[in-house]
Amino acid sequence: MATVVTDPNAAPAVHYLNWRKTVASWLFSLDHKRIAILYLISISVFFFVGGLLAAAFRLELLTPEGDLMQADTYNRYFTLHGVVMIFFFLIPSIPAVLGNFLIPLMIGAKDVAFPKLNLASWYVYMIGGTLGVLVLVTGGVDTGWTFYSPLSTTYANTNVFLAAMAAFVTGFSSILTGLNFLVTIHTMRAPGLTWFRLPLFIWAHYATSIIQVLATPVVAIAIFLIAIERVWGVGVFDPALGGDPILFQHLFWFYSHPAVYIMILPGMGVISEVIACNARNRIFGYPFIAFSSVAIAIVGFLVWGHHMFVSGQAMYSSLVFSVLTMLVAVPSAIKIFNWVGTLYRGNIVWTAPMLYAMGFLGLFAIGGGTGLFLGVTGTDIHLHDTYFVVAHFHYVMVGGAVMAYLAGLHFWWPKITGRLYNHLLGKLSAIIVFIGFNATFFPQFLLGMQGMPRRYHSYREEWQLLNIFSTSGAMILGIGFLLPVLYFTWSLVFGRRAGANPWGAKGLEWEKASSPPSPHNFDHDPVVTEEAYAYTGREQLSV
Amino acid sequence: MSSTSHAEHAYVAHHFHSAEQQKEAGTLGMWLFLAQEVMFFGGLFCVYAVYRLLNPDAWLAGSASLSVFVGGVNTTVLLCSSFTMALGVYFAQTGDNRRLFQALVATLALGLLFIAIKLQFEYLPKYREGVFPGANWGPYGHHYGHLADVANQGGLQMYFVLYYIMTGMHALHMIIGFGIMVVLMVLARKNTFGPQRYMAVENFGLYWHFVDIVWVFLFPMFYLVR
Ligand SMILES: [Cu+2]
Repeated sequence: MATVVTDPNAAPAVHYLNWRKTVASWLFSLDHKRIAILYLISISVFFFVGGLLAAAFRLELLTPEGDLMQADTYNRYFTLHGVVMIFFFLIPSIPAVLGNFLIPLMIGAKDVAFPKLNLASWYVYMIGGTLGVLVLVTGGVDTGWTFYSPLSTTYANTNVFLAAMAAFVTGFSSILTGLNFLVTIHTMRAPGLTWFRLPLFIWAHYATSIIQVLATPVVAIAIFLIAIERVWGVGVFDPALGGDPILFQHLFWFYSHPAVYIMILPGMGVISEVIACNARNRIFGYPFIAFSSVAIAIVGFLVWGHHMFVSGQAMYSSLVFSVLTMLVAVPSAIKIFNWVGTLYRGNIVWTAPMLYAMGFLGLFAIGGGTGLFLGVTGTDIHLHDTYFVVAHFHYVMVGGAVMAYLAGLHFWWPKITGRLYNHLLGKLSAIIVFIGFNATFFPQFLLGMQGMPRRYHSYREEWQLLNIFSTSGAMILGIGFLLPVLYFTWSLVFGRRAGANPWGAKGLEWEKASSPPSPHNFDHDPVVTEEAYAYTGREQLSV
Repeated sequence: MSSTSHAEHAYVAHHFHSAEQQKEAGTLGMWLFLAQEVMFFGGLFCVYAVYRLLNPDAWLAGSASLSVFVGGVNTTVLLCSSFTMALGVYFAQTGDNRRLFQALVATLALGLLFIAIKLQFEYLPKYREGVFPGANWGPYGHHYGHLADVANQGGLQMYFVLYYIMTGMHALHMIIGFGIMVVLMVLARKNTFGPQRYMAVENFGLYWHFVDIVWVFLFPMFYLVR
């Protein structure tokens, strides 16, 4: 057989995107890469639905009076914004898109352990999503994404049952994805790929999956009971009928606090990869970053009561939950310390993903730090249910999780599509998102400290100036989010060929797989002989 | 590791290197699924614990109205089905597909018997005599008349809400199991299983035993409160 010398930068003739072309070959594909693309498209749609809802109620908040919408409409908009963004965008975002695409590639496997289950979880997600859309078109739901009883069980006149079912069903998609990843990481690693050679992206997803498998069923049952209560008209959680509303809050937050880590941990995995590559440096403190992911997953299970300091929880419980909340900040701080340590004496390249990652570092640090204000019982009583809380969790969820998702998307886009996007526009969008984000949410910290309560469509006049800042920021943020849609789409057709490894990055997905990867990922089963992030600081970038 | 023998190719999925790896993945996957199930029922057990502490009297009254005899018979039926399932796993491992098929038939029959008893002697009579939470709530008749005294205290409805939800969830898990058993029966008919290939049966066995164990907890929690 004659040896054919191929240009490593040329796209392979046959890859996972083009080897089969029918619609059915996508909708019934068992290939983890194609399933990742299915998720990418579906969660993007939900992201823009959730974003439009936010844009609408931010416009309403331009003025103190309710003029664009009345309380009822406003309640529905912010509820749907929360439900859509959390259950249909943030929870699946990095794991289902980047995790699905990258985990098998990073560990040198042909696919995840259970490809059929993987496809099934996308369908489960789509069924949940369809229910969610049904809620949207049948008048929405106005309980807030938290479904607190007795509002949700007795007083709400909206489609609580359907919304509860949508969240319930979608939860199982998340459980099955987590289960699949845990088994994949345990059993499918390439020869030589020991636990401490794994990319930190894998460790982060491992910790995330533990939470998905162990926490999601609890919220599923809590939401299921709310639905039962609506249908049967019995009192499971309604105090008027002998139920205990605090019990619902316990069950809800037992999941929904760890769910914060389902959203942020995979982002931390992305940041480790992006920073190591763009600082051309070995990751500083590998075992600390790896184990802090697991520590976050474990301690994260024990802090849920900090959402209930003013709900009538016993004072001593609050005390314990407060101390544990301080504790869970430690592993996050360890990560930030080690990322900064990785930057130190690195040869930093300012690529678009790196700008997003730097944005993440700053915003997540603010988001995490302000979380401590809310974890202290004394300050929480003042700040509870004010815009301070809204600002805090948006710094974590948008400044952290969404920034990391975008960093990851920009980093692996050449691998996923085989094309390069316009790099200047990429950097521009990172900067616009960063500015827009801070303009939107920093004023909300100030509003919260002045006592502006969340979830109202009207407010006192002295708060208008900061609200105008916030709404203007939201518009800038919106532009920042739209920009990538344009240049990513453009790149699909006109983008330069990326070549297998445009960043000169380490890792099996860059070094052993083509861009886009072949249908079965690798031409030869890879064998790993070195640790992760073996950067020497002198690699050349071809972008 | 990748030296797959020819016979193995028939059932090792393309993305696995060996039968060993496939087996390991299947087992771990099943245990994780069961962990998820434990958390799911765990949430319900937690709700049960809270409301039982809040309503001790209602729990006594509710429990007294259930038949320990019927519950006891059903517990026996279910434990027998676990035994036949365990036999089935053994026959799958030894490649005795004929006996495996019989064991699955026995397990399915016992499972159906459990559901039949539950419907005929528990769910339906209770529903007819007003022991069903919600709009039609109002226990009457010679079985449940004595409940009328405590019926309006709320706690009793809570007891039956949990009774129906938890035993109902358990029954739902059994019915899902019936479907899987039918698939396994078809495969056993085709002589699919043997010493190299029995994981599907073994993993289903784990599921079935788990469902039984849930009942072993539910039985004392609802029938034996004294
Ligand atoms: Cu929390």
